Amino acid sequence: MALSKQEWIALETKANELRSLCLDTTHWAGSGHIGGGLSVMDMLTILYYKYLSIDPARPDWEDRDRFILSKGHAGIAWAPVLVSKGFNDAEQLKTFNLTNSKMGIHLDANKVVGVDASTGSLGHGLPIAVGTALAARVLGRDYWTYCIMGDGECDEGEIWEAAMSAAHFGVTNLISFVDRNKCMIDGETENVMKLEPFADKWRAFGFIVKEVDGQNLNELSEAIDFAKANETKQPVVIIANTVKGAGIAHIEGDYRWHYGAMDEASYNKGKESLEAYFQARLARAEKEGK
Amino acid sequence: MAGGLTYTAVESTALSTAEYYGRVLCELGAEHPEIVALTADLGKSTKIGMFGEAFPERFFNVGIAEQNMFSMAAGMAKAGCVPFVSTFSVFAALRAADQVHADICYQNANVKIIATHGGTSFGQAGSTHHAICDLAVERAFPNMTVIVPADGMETVNAVRAAYETPGPFYIRINRGFDRVVYDSTDYGFKIGKAVQLREGTDITVIVNGSCVFQACQASDFLNSADGLKVRVLNVHSLKPLDKEAIQKAVLDTRRIVVAEDHNVIGGLGSAVSEIIAEMGKGCAFTRLGLQDQFAPIGLHEDIMSILGIDSNGIAATVREVMGRDFEQDDDWSDEV
Repeated sequence: MALSKQEWIALETKANELRSLCLDTTHWAGSGHIGGGLSVMDMLTILYYKYLSIDPARPDWEDRDRFILSKGHAGIAWAPVLVSKGFNDAEQLKTFNLTNSKMGIHLDANKVVGVDASTGSLGHGLPIAVGTALAARVLGRDYWTYCIMGDGECDEGEIWEAAMSAAHFGVTNLISFVDRNKCMIDGETENVMKLEPFADKWRAFGFIVKEVDGQNLNELSEAIDFAKANETKQPVVIIANTVKGAGIAHIEGDYRWHYGAMDEASYNKGKESLEAYFQARLARAEKEGK
Repeated sequence: MAGGLTYTAVESTALSTAEYYGRVLCELGAEHPEIVALTADLGKSTKIGMFGEAFPERFFNVGIAEQNMFSMAAGMAKAGCVPFVSTFSVFAALRAADQVHADICYQNANVKIIATHGGTSFGQAGSTHHAICDLAVERAFPNMTVIVPADGMETVNAVRAAYETPGPFYIRINRGFDRVVYDSTDYGFKIGKAVQLREGTDITVIVNGSCVFQACQASDFLNSADGLKVRVLNVHSLKPLDKEAIQKAVLDTRRIVVAEDHNVIGGLGSAVSEIIAEMGKGCAFTRLGLQDQFAPIGLHEDIMSILGIDSNGIAATVREVMGRDFEQDDDWSDEV
């Protein structure tokens, strides 16, 4: 079901706030994975502010929905979300990456409240999510497990081992996403290691594939609703076509912004850019929302 | 150990070590519905498949995909299951090292790895299937408990102890039948405590796994042939290590031989040498095992003989170490 105009606008406002906090955190830390952080922010926003059944007062609640960020290097986007939801103190963002901080590049489940799995070594998140989802079946629980992968991460064989398992065991209480920003550290995905035909690969591994604009909250919402209503035995993967660095014009789509430093000038430019981006996104929600 | 059956020597001659594991896992599975089992197309070889026959809805054969298997197990553990995971030792320790390191140990996930075909026990398969540095790897992972049982009885105790103790475990057992060291499970097995199987004041042989039986045999032979009193310590618990028992052996006997089915780098010999070095008390010391080399292809017992970690090899080394010109006075200033 499509988002209502009111809900869409509220989520756009939240996504903008989180993009801004991600930029602030990058600035405080001196540098960070801001490119892949901004590309995934809409997925994080819709999950945390519409779908995830979680309770910051009970982070270990056994029946909570689980979320595994397989592209663990996007901690700089996830940490602001966990702070915004009330799982962690806002002051912690100012210590991001600093010595003895609880928050490093890859969020540690033992140190950051609300993190279900310590990821960072790529390829591990999807199999952890498959195990988490299967555990619900064994233990008779009805929580959902969500997992976001990076596209470059899909070079890892373990992703495809896990994909086979998800299909083989019929793991339909798992909803997977790929942040298809088409960039990785050393270049564009198709130049470093070709992924296309990417959707066909997932189909061949037994998944139902939904391809959406990953910077469109309404499309993401419709895809998640589709996955939740899935009554087949096939798991669903949502390939979210995104833009690396989405919202900051001078870094958008540039693979070199996988990890970067934000000096004062770049930061200020980024803030202006995020505001303009937000206005354009609001206008789209106003126009297309029902 | 509390609970479960007490096995006896009557059965121990009839069952392989892995079959003991399979049996005890089925017992645990009947008692504890949160136990799940995973394997990578080695259900039959590792005997974890016995659990699968008893509890098919809690058994996950992931195909030949060890990395996926260990990550999945971590996810299951974090959600409240207690996964037992079995594959060959070499694949558990090396093929999936990153997954065990990051997903299981870093997160202190309650995953029990029962790794079979340890050391050179699958000798005929060649070095791709010999686990000669698995213990070095597992021992270096924070949060990991590492157990190397001597036989079927000790495997039963170790597997039960793993269930009862929260946190990651790596239990390394052998392919096929082990020589019988214990005639029952009731001998006071405790994680972190060595078992003294032979008393002795002249020299101590420190062993685990398949070398335990061999060391006992060597001790008995040397006692009758040479009148030597050879202490034998079964250090089944490689981590945590029984530092006290090793220090006592150094002080009591001043001569130490370690024998293990593993590279001499990183395993039991290294662990013992670290304790000796930190004591600051010298002693005659020799490490038997693979001398930083790959093992030949062959039967396990033949390989053990070639490496000098069978009873004959251990006895010969004990005699050599006993013959060393080693000062037993308390003046350390003139030691080399």
